[in-house]
Amino acid sequence: MATTMITTLDRSSRAAARGLSDISIRNLFIIPTILFLIVFNIFPLIYSLGYSFTDFRASTSAAANFVGLQNYRDLLSDPYVWSNFAITAKYVIISVAGQLLVGFGVAMLLNRDIPLKGLLTTLLLLPMMLSMAVVGLFWKLLYDPSFGIINYALGLGTFEWLSDPKMALYAVALTDIWMWSPFVMLLSLAGLSAVPKHLYEAAAIDRAGPFYTFFRITLPLVAPILMIAVIFRTMEAFKTFDLAYILTSQPTAELISIRLYKMAFQEWQTGRSCALAYIVLIMVLAITNIYVKYLNKVKER
Amino acid sequence: MAAVRTSSEITFNRVAIVAVLLVTIIFLAPIYWIASTAFKPRNLATTIPPTVVFQPEISPFVKLFTKRSQLRSPPSPEEYAAAPWWERVVFNGGEKIVRDGKGQVQWSGYPSRFMNSLIVAITSTVLAVGMGTFTAYGFSRFKVKGEADLLFFILSTRMLPPVVVAIPMFLMYRAVGLNDSHIGLIILYTAFNLSFSVWLMKGFMDEIPKEYEEAALVDGYTRMEAFFKIVLPEAATGIAATAVFCFITAWNEYAFALIMTSRRAQTAPPFIPSQVGSGLPDWTVIAAGTFLFLLPVAIFTFLLRNHLLRGMSFGAIRK
Repeated sequence: MATTMITTLDRSSRAAARGLSDISIRNLFIIPTILFLIVFNIFPLIYSLGYSFTDFRASTSAAANFVGLQNYRDLLSDPYVWSNFAITAKYVIISVAGQLLVGFGVAMLLNRDIPLKGLLTTLLLLPMMLSMAVVGLFWKLLYDPSFGIINYALGLGTFEWLSDPKMALYAVALTDIWMWSPFVMLLSLAGLSAVPKHLYEAAAIDRAGPFYTFFRITLPLVAPILMIAVIFRTMEAFKTFDLAYILTSQPTAELISIRLYKMAFQEWQTGRSCALAYIVLIMVLAITNIYVKYLNKVKER
Repeated sequence: MAAVRTSSEITFNRVAIVAVLLVTIIFLAPIYWIASTAFKPRNLATTIPPTVVFQPEISPFVKLFTKRSQLRSPPSPEEYAAAPWWERVVFNGGEKIVRDGKGQVQWSGYPSRFMNSLIVAITSTVLAVGMGTFTAYGFSRFKVKGEADLLFFILSTRMLPPVVVAIPMFLMYRAVGLNDSHIGLIILYTAFNLSFSVWLMKGFMDEIPKEYEEAALVDGYTRMEAFFKIVLPEAATGIAATAVFCFITAWNEYAFALIMTSRRAQTAPPFIPSQVGSGLPDWTVIAAGTFLFLLPVAIFTFLLRNHLLRGMSFGAIRK
């Protein structure tokens, strides 16, 4: 307490008189970042909100006509767009569920004394650090029906992964599971290591079975961190573009981001794509909101 | 663990260790396949059954960096003997290196894309971490009105889908001539990484005891001096970890680069897939390009291993 008093006194007398005041330093440190983000993230979004009410096409020099809510109405009644959303939902569910199962499963396996545990963990984390687009490209070779190592290893003959409309989405999800299970594993390991050991000891003394211990001790204590992993991966999977765009051009694997990209940069329906971008944006912000709430909750612990 | 260990537990432990090893092998198989394909002669890259044991070659890397054309007829013995080793390996593969009128070797598109990736990733990292460090300090040490909302706003910019931001940015860049420019991409990546860097650095700043600066302030330092001389050195590890994360993100980024660049400023991620055109791609060359591109990230992952958890959770979870 005494030090704080002295500090405040001292700051106002000597040092602070020479330098900038705390308030101006705070503003100097924070405002440029906020401005930068407003100019390069928020301003463009306002710009595109304007275009979303027009029939503007960036490929022509024709002026944009105001069409009101026409774009939104068209999009929301377009079965094609709805099917993109349905495909995206399916993709999110498969890949996040897969990542949760594999990631948490491997974390459970790793959560014991293992020789070279640190090295193994780092090696297992490698896939998520790599470029989705570049590594995704290479999975094309792995999935190749005639000389891919996946078919060879699994003895599947000439099974079509990417060129079969029914299979393509699962193939993309499988690659995504490979890439991002490590993320769930990383968070799960943190959660598992935070479970107090004495709880397990108490359970052992009470002769609790492994299932009871898992469902009554491990799972409830790891759940908040798992939840973070799930929400974060849901958000990322919802936005997936790179992987699906690189791996396949099957309409059955056309995620909403890909539809948006095609609408904007191949069909040049700029106004309409801005409207679709807004619909996607609102969904992402909703998930982000939930995510941040959860982050803060876990932080408080 | 407790001393009570039944034999079934020990067995289970052993099974788990074997399972972990198996999973590790499966997870690393695709990466191993990239690395090994990068050193294969072309005819062994797509064999049935897959070739696992082979004599490694450097030819994919020579081919990666040079422009080549198909040989119509094999080179004359003199031509072959006069050629340097790196040209011979290309001859061996039934191709020749394209030279211009003066006999200068023509480079492929790869080295310039790699350089672009370096320029864009390094510059945007420096900017994002620089600004992020200041801002994080501001949030960590001073009372900011609506701090939670501001931090949410900052994080939410990171969560925007790239394609959503890219549409208006493309139009704006086109209007000011920033399409296909380094600066354009650097701005986008800086904005993208800035929010991450603020969040991560705030965690690191919060961990530095306030008393350090307060002691300095008592000694007559100004707040600025205390920040630069006391806080920054204390935060060095955090700054380095944040920088590596930002670098990796910018290095790996694909969607913005695909939309905003085409030639001059194109980075490696959109370039490497564009090599797989129609016809039969030379997977050894693609693997070589992929290998070189992934190498820095793999090294950084090992250096970062103790910070991965923190970085991937935006600084929310620390061990």
